Amino acid sequence: MITLIDYGVGNIFAFQNVYKRLDIPTKIAKTAADLDDAQKLILPGVGAFDYAMSQLNNSGMRNKLDELVLEKKIPIIGICVGMQMMGNRSDEGVSDGLKWIDADILKFDESLIQQRTKLPHMGWNDVSPVKGQPLFEGLEQEAIFYFLHSFYFKCNNAVDSIAISDYGIPFTSAVNSNNVYGIQFHPEKSHQYGEKLLHNFAKL
Amino acid sequence: MLRPRIIPSLLLHDKGLVKTVNFKAPKYVGDPINAVRIFNEKEVDELAFFDIDATTLNREPDYILIEKLANQSRMPLCYGGGVKTVEQAQKIFGLGIEKIALSSAVIKNPELVTQIADRVGSQSVIVVLDVKKKLFGGYEVYTHNGKKATGINPVKFAQDVEQLGAGEIIINSIDQDGVMKGYDLNLIDKIAEVISIPLTVLGGAGTLSDIEKVIDKHGVIGVASGSLFVFKGPYKAVLINYPTQKEKNTIFKINP
Repeated sequence: MITLIDYGVGNIFAFQNVYKRLDIPTKIAKTAADLDDAQKLILPGVGAFDYAMSQLNNSGMRNKLDELVLEKKIPIIGICVGMQMMGNRSDEGVSDGLKWIDADILKFDESLIQQRTKLPHMGWNDVSPVKGQPLFEGLEQEAIFYFLHSFYFKCNNAVDSIAISDYGIPFTSAVNSNNVYGIQFHPEKSHQYGEKLLHNFAKL
Repeated sequence: MLRPRIIPSLLLHDKGLVKTVNFKAPKYVGDPINAVRIFNEKEVDELAFFDIDATTLNREPDYILIEKLANQSRMPLCYGGGVKTVEQAQKIFGLGIEKIALSSAVIKNPELVTQIADRVGSQSVIVVLDVKKKLFGGYEVYTHNGKKATGINPVKFAQDVEQLGAGEIIINSIDQDGVMKGYDLNLIDKIAEVISIPLTVLGGAGTLSDIEKVIDKHGVIGVASGSLFVFKGPYKAVLINYPTQKEKNTIFKINP
């Protein structure tokens, strides 16, 4: 079972639909009690960093999530801003991140982007995973994913980076440290490739 | 490599899908939920819905319909029509929409762009400008389905909304809408020259080569069309269609 964290930010239902097609049960968690039986967690995110952090901090689920992720080592994947929240801080705001992965969220340097259109990084781009990552099984070649963001996840431990994409600079488009995963792109909106990745997460 | 985006643009009217010519004579082309299902199968880059009733009837966005569209969609969705407040925008994001297009409300109150961007991030705030040629040269922005002239110059206004925090601009040519004779390339050049946020152009595509022309010139750009993706053949029979990945790679000059 996959537990979807509903803190008023992001599209819970799109994930629910993908898993319904895959015949994998999901549960929506709105309170700490809803998280009691969590086996695998998804932290979605659409929106500004500070707003997303304050929504999560005020959801009543923050402490329980810290316990599940840091002590019980339940696998969790953060999507887009949900990934960025797992770092220490963001150029986009002033709030503290969750600090589950040692990383800072930086704004892309527009001067390095060679085309007229600078930010946001919007559309379908290549994702190159490192070899042997179960999350990207079957997605090592020719997989493209949908991105929509202006800030990127800079790992302080390079080994945490498990996939790279390029936008002016190579940046971390997927991260993993112990039981904590994050992806910058939107698998729930990336057709067959995204469905495969979410299926892989369910099988971890 | 970041790819250009090819985007079917669909109009909502009386809970059905319609297609117009020069913003007039809406022709029924099908059921919106069914269209999302078909476009899912065709793996489209993005899908845009514009409710053409909300502003003219001065009513709220149809949240129930938006939620159904978002739930069905396996691709990124843009919604436009009748969004006037931060609260409405927030509600629509909560339903699973990635991008919100603002139009008449921004003409009245440009600060709305900043207010919504502060809440949801710039990347999700789109300004759509319906643009018509002026009789003696130049262009003007219209609202209310092309009925209300605003006196606003789209080239200047596009720069203004970029400064205010918009994440993308959609330029919709009223003159080319539904005509299927190609995009207004001059208009696209003028806007592309002055902004650095993503630009999507809409209005006029009759063939894939019309789309290719825009991409050849502008590289990473959004190229949207209604008629091309809902009609087939000289008699404009309703048939949802979209280029395959292979056809897109040819247009993008990508050799996998």
